[in-house]
Formats: sequence, C-alpha cells, structure tokens
Amino acid sequence: MADGAAPVLDVRGLKTVFRTRGGEVHAVNSVSFHLNPGELLGVVGESGSGKSVTMMSLIGLLPSPPADVRAGTVMLGDRDLLKISADELRDVRGAKVGFVFQDPMTSLNPVFTVGNQIMEPLIRHMGMTKKQAEVRAAELLALVGIPDAAARLKSYPHQFSGGMRQRVMIAIALACDPDVLIADEPTTALDVTIQAQILELVKDLRQKLGMAIVWITHDLGVIAGIADRVMVMYGGQIVEQAPVKDLFANPQHPYTRALLKTIPSLTGEREARLQVIEGQPPILIGAPTACPFRDRCAHAFARCFVENPERRAIDGREVGKGHDVACHWAAEAAHA
Amino acid sequence: MLDIAKPITPLVQVRGLKMYFPIYSGLLRRHTGDVKAVDGVSFDIMPGETLGLVGESGCGKSTVGRALLRLYEITDGNVVINGTDIATLSPEALRKTRPQMQMVFQDPQASLNPRMTLADIIGEPLNEHTDWDSDRKLARIYELMDAVGLNRRFANRFPHEFSGGQRQRIGIARALALNPRFIVCDEPIAALDVSIQAQVVNLLEDLQEQFGLTYLFISHDLSMVRHIADRVAVMYLGRIAELSPRDALYARPLHPYAEALLSAVPEPNPALARTRQRIILQGDVPSPANPPKGCNFCTRCLKVFELCRQVKPELIEVEPGRFVACHLYSDTTAAGSTGTPEAKEHNQQGVSQ
Repeated sequence: MADGAAPVLDVRGLKTVFRTRGGEVHAVNSVSFHLNPGELLGVVGESGSGKSVTMMSLIGLLPSPPADVRAGTVMLGDRDLLKISADELRDVRGAKVGFVFQDPMTSLNPVFTVGNQIMEPLIRHMGMTKKQAEVRAAELLALVGIPDAAARLKSYPHQFSGGMRQRVMIAIALACDPDVLIADEPTTALDVTIQAQILELVKDLRQKLGMAIVWITHDLGVIAGIADRVMVMYGGQIVEQAPVKDLFANPQHPYTRALLKTIPSLTGEREARLQVIEGQPPILIGAPTACPFRDRCAHAFARCFVENPERRAIDGREVGKGHDVACHWAAEAAHA
Repeated sequence: MLDIAKPITPLVQVRGLKMYFPIYSGLLRRHTGDVKAVDGVSFDIMPGETLGLVGESGCGKSTVGRALLRLYEITDGNVVINGTDIATLSPEALRKTRPQMQMVFQDPQASLNPRMTLADIIGEPLNEHTDWDSDRKLARIYELMDAVGLNRRFANRFPHEFSGGQRQRIGIARALALNPRFIVCDEPIAALDVSIQAQVVNLLEDLQEQFGLTYLFISHDLSMVRHIADRVAVMYLGRIAELSPRDALYARPLHPYAEALLSAVPEPNPALARTRQRIILQGDVPSPANPPKGCNFCTRCLKVFELCRQVKPELIEVEPGRFVACHLYSDTTAAGSTGTPEAKEHNQQGVSQ
C-alpha cells in the first residue's frame, strides 16, 4: 500500500493495565501502530507479550475491572474508539471491526444454528429482514468455502469439524463487510493441513474483498507466508516493526534474531543443537523502567537496565512506516 | 550385561497393535461399533534411538504412546519392551517392569499434583518402587533436579510457583527417577512458547546422551521432529502411512499424505514461503469409528485410484529402511495379497533387520 493513503486504523500510545492483588500488571505499554487499507499486519509474540490484550483493548472487549485502558487514542476513520459510549462501541464491533478468535469450539454458541449466528450481525447491524439475512448468510458460507451452504445453515456447530467451524467464524466476522478484521491466532487450534486450507481461504478473500487484516500469531512461518508488515511484541511493547521481507532478512532486535534462530527449519541445514533464549519472559508488574528483554539479552549493557528504549527507525523513515526497533544496542550499532 | 558383540536388537518391538474404544448406543447400551484409534501398527525402536511419531489430532499417535506403556488395555497385538511382552503381563509383573518405561506428558500443568511439593512429585516413583531411606531418596531427588536444571532450593515449592518450561522439567525429572531405558514423550513441548521449546528439546537431547535413553517422541510439530528424531513414523487415521529415516523423509516423502503434510507446514522465510508449491488437501479426516473401506487416506488423496478404494495397503519396505503403506508403491505385491488382506496385516514390519 502507498504511504499516502490514510490508515483505516491508527493506534497511538495505548496503555492497558490489569489491577491484581500482586500489583498493577502493565500488559500493554505505549503501543502505537497503524493499519493501511487492504494491508495484512502480522503481530508476533509469545504468550503474555500483550498481543491479544492490545487488540481486545481496541474494541473494549476486556472486562473492567480488572482491566483499565489507561491512555492512548484508537482512531477508526475519524472516531476515537476509546472516547465513544458503550452503545456506539457495540455498533462498531461486528459492523466496522470483525473479530476471529483462536478457538472455534468455544466461540460459537452451541445451542443456536450456524445460520442463526451468521444472521445475527446482519439483522443487528445492517437492518436486514430475516429473509434477506438468510440469503446473505448462505452467500457468506459459500464464500468461505462450505459446500451446500444453504442447507448447512440449519446445522449446529457440533456438526462441523474444527476447520469448518473456523470458516463459520470467518463468515460471521465478514458478515457486515468490516473495514478491519482482527484475527487472534485463528489457525493455532487447527491441524497443519487444515491451517493450510484456512490460509489459502484468507489469501483468496483478501483478493476478493480487500479488507485490512490484523493477524495475531506466535508462528513465524504463518507470518512469513501471508503478512505484508510485521510487528514483534515482547513484554507488552512493540520491540520491532518492519515490512515482512526486511524483518526476516535483516532482523534488528536481539529478541527477533533469537526467535528466528530458535525455530528449527523444515528445509536446509539441520542444526546439531537448537539455539535457545535463556530465562523466562518478564513479569510485568509495575511501570517499566528498563528494557523488558534485558535479562535474557546477550547484548544488554548498563543503559538497558535503567532506560526503556524508544522505537527508532533504522532506515531514516518515520517510525511505523519503515523498519524500526526499540533497542539501545541496535541503535548504537546503527550509528557506529 | 554387556552385549556389545551381539547384533543390536530393538529395545521396543510393536507388532499389529490395535486399540479400539467401544461405542455403546441405544436404550440398552449395546456394543454397536468401535472407534478404531489404532488399527494395526507395527514398528521397532532401537536402543538409544529417537523415533518421531507425527500426525494430526485424532490420528492415534497419543493412543499408541499410551498403549505402549499399557496405560490402556490393548485390543490386540504385541508390545515387546526389552524382551518382555507388556501386552500380556499380569498386573504384578507389569508393575515390576514399570521402572524401565516412563512417560513425559503434554500438559505440565495437568500432570503435576498441585498439592505436592516438587520433592514429593519427583520422589513419588522412588516411594513406589524402592525401599530406600529418606536420605538416599533426597540425594537422588537433588541429583535429578541438577540433571534437568532445576535449582535445589526449589525442592519444597509447589508446581504453581513454576513457569510452563520449568514444570515440564519437573515432569522430566519424575520420569527419570527410576533410571528408565525407554521414555514416551507425548507432545512434551506443545504447550510451551517457542523460546522455551528449544530449552526443553535441548534438555531431552542432553539427557538422552547422558543416560543412553530411547525415546518415542510424539509431536505434531514436523520441524521439531526433524530436529530431534532419527527415524519418523507418519500416522493417519490409526495406521502408519510412512516410516522412514529422518533425512530421507524430509527430503523426499513417499506417501502422498506425508508429502501433503510436509508441504502444509508454514515456511518461516518469506522468499521461500511465497514461491513454494503447496499441496492443499480438501476436506477433513474421516471418523475413526467408520474408516473408509480401502486405504484410510483414499478420501483426500490426490493420487487415488480404484484399488485404493477397495484394499487397505500394507506397510512394506519400498527402499532400504523406508516403509510405505500405499498402492502406488506396492503394484507387485498388491496383486497377490488381495485375496487375504487380513492375514497379511499382521506381517507389517517396522524395521529392516
């Protein structure tokens, strides 16, 4: 996508804190990113890195308390989703922003038919009659590749396999033709051959419908295959952000580099021993005052323990537009 | 016992293993059918070897692992571990053989008792199978904690105080307590983050070298299996589709399912990922309660032909050390065996000797 086009989603300085008995957990710390029209943005990170919480914060899906979205702006078009009322937000969810969750088993309601669940947003958001919605629902099911769609509308979720349920979830998310589709680990619960089917479907749908997608995953292989741009999250922060080719060809952050090395390859030279990232992910209690990766980083020096690094562009472009990284070591290496 | 001079015999020999789970239905709960989770599986594992067992969920790979240690009463077949047929042992005799075969489970959260301390958990096998005094047990517990990289200071802590990777280390220490020869690792890294997976896999490899362990490594992660296994068995719907040495399998899979499975794994390199030719299988795995009449893979296979829908292919050696159950490779033998498919089924061989 051209840089000139206005982003469909623009998030600035998002902070989400969970209040727990052990103290305040800073799950999302000053996260800024944007999503261009038609773009697929990959979000990579391990469990607890804040990738899901970031996306759920955007559209008010976190229960409060304990969650507290403390700062930031989330511009969808010209509206700030953090400022609008709960009712308005309900109109945004499903209509403007579609969401596909990880587990297709638990995110469909077992007591309603699949058709019923696809028709619900159509009636709620698009003001369709039941008849119109039924026709559209059948179209959607056919679009996501379910054979004999009109008849399958009467089926219940348990009559579908895992891969087909995820197709139904995608149909529901696409029902109202959203501007943004957020997919949170949509293929993690699926087998690889079924995952391959879903990835093909998403590539196909992007060509047909052209919506912008945020794709959350921990699988770098999936990202490599479908994303245009990637952001890597660690300890509630974006530590690196780049176009997908640059990230894999020229990773800057020590965490990204280590992560790429820890996964054994299916092709190429087989390594005698896997590279490891020693230690454990950080506990995010209290506001961060240092780099979250410092204790596991091979390049950490004094500054990393006293100052949380800001994201800096490494290619002279604006942060977020090209390749940027939040790392003192990478910044010094770039200037040296 | 030193048997260096003798030819190496397999530590684990599995022949025609079947594990059916009965289905009861109707008002009278009649036995109306079986879920054929494992339907005639044969293979060998050599001492010190790691056999990878891969396949998608529901293919029966975990059931094989559990049946091998007789955590289930198996329906049919033989499981010979270190010269003893586990399948037919009496309960007391089975108990005596337990120390030599152990298991590491998938979910380190669910497989550790939350009310026992780390020392209790690791020491429990010692309580059951030895008459050591508490000092000797504690010494052994510390030794095991050192071996898996757990700090001795943690001995009196509870499982919830540990991270997923550390919990998996506790599970591994428990499995090692009685000096086993054979360990079934059932998806030991599936529940862990990528950066922690590598730590646990390296630990398993170190321990194998240190204690001369033999592993059955069950996983759905094909790239990790490529790293750890010497030979790999690919399962589909309760049967082995292909069993080959690692490098041969990954370089040139013979069975159409193995080929499709490998091509479906996402490639973590954008340049390669976008040019690679993928095989996208259509549809889903059939139900193991009602498998197809012929080859179990015939409903999704891209190279299917008429014979595949009629006759189940046997696992035969098509190249030295490579075993494939596919009619594409069994043209000559298939013609002779069509009359007696049942009789041949038990002759599946897992390894050349």
